Amino acid sequence: METPYLLSMDNITKEYFGNRVLKNVSLKIKPGEIHALMGENGAGKSTLMNVLFGMPVIHQTGGFEGQVQLEGKVIRIQDPQGAMKYGIGMVHQEFMLIPDFTVTENIKVGREIGRSSILPLMDRVFGRDLDHMEWEKMSTDSRKALDSIGMMNIEEYAKVAGMPIGFQQFVEIAREIDKTGIKLLVFDEPTAVLTESEADRLLEIMRLIASRGIAIIFITHRLDEVMEVADSLTILRDGEFIARKDVVETDLVEIAQLMIGRSVEKLVDDSAEDTRRIDDDRIALELINYRVDMPGEKVRQINVKIREGEIFGFGGLAGQGKIGIHNGIQGLFETEGSVIVHGEKLDLSKRGEALRKDIAFVSEDRRGVGLLLGESIERNIIFSAMQVKNEFLKGRFIDRKKSRQHVEAMIKLLDIRCTGPEQTVGSLSGGNQQKVCLARALTLKPNILMVAEPTRGIDIGAKKLVLEYLRKINLEEGTTIVVISSELAELRSICDRIAIVSEGKISAVLAPDASDADYGLAMSGLSREDVSA
Amino acid sequence: MTGVRKFVNSVGLPRLIIGIFFIALIISGLALGLNPQFLFSDIIRRWLMYSILVLAMVPGVQSGIGLNFGISLGVVSGLVGVVIAMEVAFNGGWFLHLGAAAAWLSLLLALVIAIVIAALVGAAYGLLLNRVKGSEMTVSTYVGFSSIAMMNIVWVILNFKNGQLRWPIGRGLRNTASLQESFGGLLSDPRIYETARSITISPEVSDVGSIKVKQPAGLSFLAIDVADSGFILPLGLILVFALCCLVVWLFFRSKTGVALSAAGENELFTRANGINVDRMRILGTSISTVFGAVGIIIYAQTYGFLQLYNAPLMMGFTAVASILLGGATVTRARISNVIIGTLLFQGILTVALPVANQLVNVSALPEVMRMIISNGIILYALSKTKGGNQR
Repeated sequence: METPYLLSMDNITKEYFGNRVLKNVSLKIKPGEIHALMGENGAGKSTLMNVLFGMPVIHQTGGFEGQVQLEGKVIRIQDPQGAMKYGIGMVHQEFMLIPDFTVTENIKVGREIGRSSILPLMDRVFGRDLDHMEWEKMSTDSRKALDSIGMMNIEEYAKVAGMPIGFQQFVEIAREIDKTGIKLLVFDEPTAVLTESEADRLLEIMRLIASRGIAIIFITHRLDEVMEVADSLTILRDGEFIARKDVVETDLVEIAQLMIGRSVEKLVDDSAEDTRRIDDDRIALELINYRVDMPGEKVRQINVKIREGEIFGFGGLAGQGKIGIHNGIQGLFETEGSVIVHGEKLDLSKRGEALRKDIAFVSEDRRGVGLLLGESIERNIIFSAMQVKNEFLKGRFIDRKKSRQHVEAMIKLLDIRCTGPEQTVGSLSGGNQQKVCLARALTLKPNILMVAEPTRGIDIGAKKLVLEYLRKINLEEGTTIVVISSELAELRSICDRIAIVSEGKISAVLAPDASDADYGLAMSGLSREDVSA
Repeated sequence: MTGVRKFVNSVGLPRLIIGIFFIALIISGLALGLNPQFLFSDIIRRWLMYSILVLAMVPGVQSGIGLNFGISLGVVSGLVGVVIAMEVAFNGGWFLHLGAAAAWLSLLLALVIAIVIAALVGAAYGLLLNRVKGSEMTVSTYVGFSSIAMMNIVWVILNFKNGQLRWPIGRGLRNTASLQESFGGLLSDPRIYETARSITISPEVSDVGSIKVKQPAGLSFLAIDVADSGFILPLGLILVFALCCLVVWLFFRSKTGVALSAAGENELFTRANGINVDRMRILGTSISTVFGAVGIIIYAQTYGFLQLYNAPLMMGFTAVASILLGGATVTRARISNVIIGTLLFQGILTVALPVANQLVNVSALPEVMRMIISNGIILYALSKTKGGNQR
């Protein structure tokens, strides 16, 4: 069968433990084409790539349904080495380079060129593992690979350690290019860690590679880059195939819409009358030139005013910095700029300052930061109030009676399913653990409650309960609530305003009913004006 | 069936196996004709003698520094406390006038000096451990060894006058000093309360030569020879150990104790709640060292001798093995782990020796057997740790 496509993945379906993460997804790429694969976090991009590379995680969980064809022939890739044999390579986001090796060694690692050792017997006994290395040949090869991507200024004998990030990326590309018979290269968010000029250079290189007939799958969330280099694109959403488009036929707004577009499911019942008085003059929390040095979630510069009594959301893709915001205020990472709470500047160099100023937190990392897994529900719930506000203490010791009463009330209020206050938190389900985190925050009787990923990893019933409860305390107690979440639907269903964080900055503050296209553009760091300009 | 499994799970298989082995040893010992009164007295005595040293592991583990092999720092602090107390008592000659109370006063003095030194040394040691996060146990092992080595030098150059402490000729302290004329046995030996003991007086203080001192009979409840059968109930030791347990228990119910124990379980969580994790670790290390100091003093008073130089070299290991045997992990330890673990470890050592002696009669055997058994138990206990750091 003759086909114009180099690679075609048809009707790929993949389940993880009964959870369908890919539903009949198709992906087709022509030789020499740059094809963007797009979608939000959790849309199924990585799973699709895992299928393509035959990663063990796919086979260990029962394989997949559907067909993969390369140049018209059905292939079965059993492991990443298999993918390499078919000429499929990948440039990783986190570099797979050995810092103390030279560029040549990194390019050739695992594929060294050798010749039989001087002693013929050695071969017989040890196989080819003790071959004599042909360094000159390998250096020449590396040079060629580097030259072919226009990297004349990287020396093949230099060590990788200490090179600029961009150079490391290029070494990684050179390694893939050097593999003989490479036909398809996958770039996994290659520009995420690069500076602007490095990123421009990378896009150029991608074009260069494609011009030699190698097909490229370009995974990214930067819409402008897609418009710049890609020929065509496939959009996934929630594990489903949404569209395959040629870039010339479409525009930014349409792509953004397709990525986000989902009917906003109603997650909470908002029939209760809204009697809140929200005033632009009464500011609960203000961030001015706020930066947080949190690895992987850097906040670069945020200026925002959150009004008293509102529910404010921070959205955006993973790694863009929204997670850094509350972690900085909580004092877990170094911050710069000012955080002003009810007109008073927080001194974040002091430990626990935010807690003492009546800000409570529910961490996105439940098991790592949010809970003492080995301790009882009771200990977890009263911990912060006891340490920060000296509550539940009789003299210097725990007041058993008071704490027990409070915890039992909390268990009832939040419907924590457990055998009693003594049960260890580690043995609870995710949803109930989340309720314990929430109970601990509420026990502080906060003025401002910052909740990160409130519904991550919990079932739909608990999800609804948690969100409804947030809304309830917002209405009844007037607590200002800041929700940080990757789930746009969740933000849109409870927030009054939503700030989309992209590359450590707020790209837009949107109303919950703003259009999908606006959200999509904001997530890739663009605005309407950028598009029309 | 499920009942059995539940029981095994709650006790823990290692403890069950060792417990059965322990009971089997006792039965075979009795069958071989060992004197039951002596056997059980010995088990109880050794159990209590070591238990405070083992208890010292708890604050360390809970604060996150892992098993405190560097307990030797506490031990040498305790030893320093004792030698200073004995020297002061001698130089002042005041015990001549205090009579029986002198022994108690020197015990108290030793404890006070030791606790102060240990708290300071422990805090400094905590600072060190904060700089080597992640490899505390390796570092603490070497700190333990080197502290003993360093004190070897100190012992040898100390120019004390007390005849019980110093070498008869030259300078420096003895390997083993008798506490017979000081506080030895006050909490555990009924003979102290039955017969007067003779205390030598140095000619520099008085020319009496020696005096006879008898402890008041009213305090004899501290060491009871039950029905004069030879079975000794060291009530004094029990009370002191119970008091120490109570202090630890109360501490972990206080605000600081809860914070300290959280620091050991989840550093990020603790920091997120505005608590200084490093300070908690220093506090935990310091408390652990203090209990090490108290532990060695109680150990010495029970044993009746003060052992200097290399004698406490492996004490950290015995304590660690005991608490692991009791079911503690590198990250979590409880008082019950201390009680059970010390009973099993010391109990087996106490019973296994006479039993082995009865079975094979070779002169050098006891020492060899002791090494094999105690190190065997340590190895077994260490192999049962669910190691790893919490992060």
